[in-house]
Amino acid sequence: MMKDMIPGFELIQPTSIEGALNLLEEYGENGWALAGGMDSLGWFKNRGKRPEAVIDLEGLDALKGIDETADGIEIGALTTLTEIELNPLIRERFWLLAEAASKVASPQIRNAGTLGGNLCQDTRCWYYRYGVSCYRAGGNTCYAAAPEALNREHAIFGASRCVAVSPSDTATALVALDAEMVVRNSSGERVIKAENFFMEPAVDIMRMTVLDPEDLLIKVRIPNTWTGADFYFEKVSDRGSWDFPLVSVALAIKSTGDRIDDARIVCGAVQCIPRRLRNVEAMIRGQGRDEDTAAQAGAMAIQGAKVLNYNHFKIPLMENLVKRAVRG
Amino acid sequence: MPAVTQIVRLTVNGDLREVGVPMHFTLLEALRYGLGLTGSKQGCDKGDCGACTVILDGRPTLSCITPVFEAEGHAIVTVEGLADVEGPHPLQDAFDLHGAAQCGFCTPGILCSAAVLLEKTTSPSRTEIKEALSGNLCRCTGYSKIYDAVASAGQRLQVEAQLGESGR
Repeated sequence: MMKDMIPGFELIQPTSIEGALNLLEEYGENGWALAGGMDSLGWFKNRGKRPEAVIDLEGLDALKGIDETADGIEIGALTTLTEIELNPLIRERFWLLAEAASKVASPQIRNAGTLGGNLCQDTRCWYYRYGVSCYRAGGNTCYAAAPEALNREHAIFGASRCVAVSPSDTATALVALDAEMVVRNSSGERVIKAENFFMEPAVDIMRMTVLDPEDLLIKVRIPNTWTGADFYFEKVSDRGSWDFPLVSVALAIKSTGDRIDDARIVCGAVQCIPRRLRNVEAMIRGQGRDEDTAAQAGAMAIQGAKVLNYNHFKIPLMENLVKRAVRG
Repeated sequence: MPAVTQIVRLTVNGDLREVGVPMHFTLLEALRYGLGLTGSKQGCDKGDCGACTVILDGRPTLSCITPVFEAEGHAIVTVEGLADVEGPHPLQDAFDLHGAAQCGFCTPGILCSAAVLLEKTTSPSRTEIKEALSGNLCRCTGYSKIYDAVASAGQRLQVEAQLGESGR
């Protein structure tokens, strides 16, 4: 297989959202919506994906920027991760997202990478990225779950034939903030809760999100629900920068005195979607925010985890991260 | 598949340059093979090493995973644009004095990341320097001399700024 050179493609540069949506509909599976290119170019270079037409979104200025609305904020899908990291409004109200964005990859990648791209990026399972014919690529086996497979980065929850995980740092934060995704295609607009935006392999093994080829993520809405809450974000990875998470945790929590009123807890890189820990959220409601509650939360978080050959370490890691997050 | 060469207009180091490249070229390929600017290095060529770092609209960017058409209409500075007619950029002198380059392959990218940092502050903390260079891999030096060189270039810029003010 020839690698490391991008094959030719037809480049189309629409200047309006409507134009882009018409192109996405026209080309369907053969079209590729390009934002910052941080994930796309890797696919093009190793020839794992060979779109006939690349639809460059760079000209869609309407998809860039951060706006305050009556009940929250809206972030255009083409807003860069650096802008999100530095934006005063996001830092003040939704520090969780600014912090998550600041932990993505490297400064160079955050300068070009967009929020929409970070949310819609493909999984990093290297068997799949290498271009083998696995379940996710339309084949009939999973190389990562084989007895001798290298799978320390892979899933401990929700695997279904495919054991890949969601690599996105901003996804966990947005699920914890009860965000909504505004998605459009040429026949209309729909709003999807962040929690329901990501796709489990049991439902559709070949996609990471609910987006169809003709769909475009337009913007992300964050309601003021968690403004003023306490936040916690921690990402553990092999390297201090420029790495995907081994496990991450995003927490939003509201308390009165030391009683927990409500919380959202989401773990990244343990499942193919950001894993919201609803049972833990329900259990800690009304409890004191202390060592005991934290220990219970950690223990509950890992219930039902199922390991592969080399990812046992993710269980204590996840337990400790949830514990630390709840303890604060 | 169309691989037809098109003219792209790039503002590189202050000059408006026209270059004929196929549209599936990256900015790095256009700089190196279209314009002969071979200072920006093709290391991993997949966004993992930072050797191709250039400054796009004032921000360090990986030119190897930036499609050339995305760079049109933006200001690009490469390592070739850091020095001026007066002499090398203070960072380049500092790298020389501190022995901050061994094989030198990562150096152009690191200089670009560091130059942007020193635009923001000439007295960065060690943590700020590390953070600014966290997207540039060096496999020779162990980084210490690089951090020293960046700090010392910052100090020189501060001194020069003070002298410049008192001299007026």
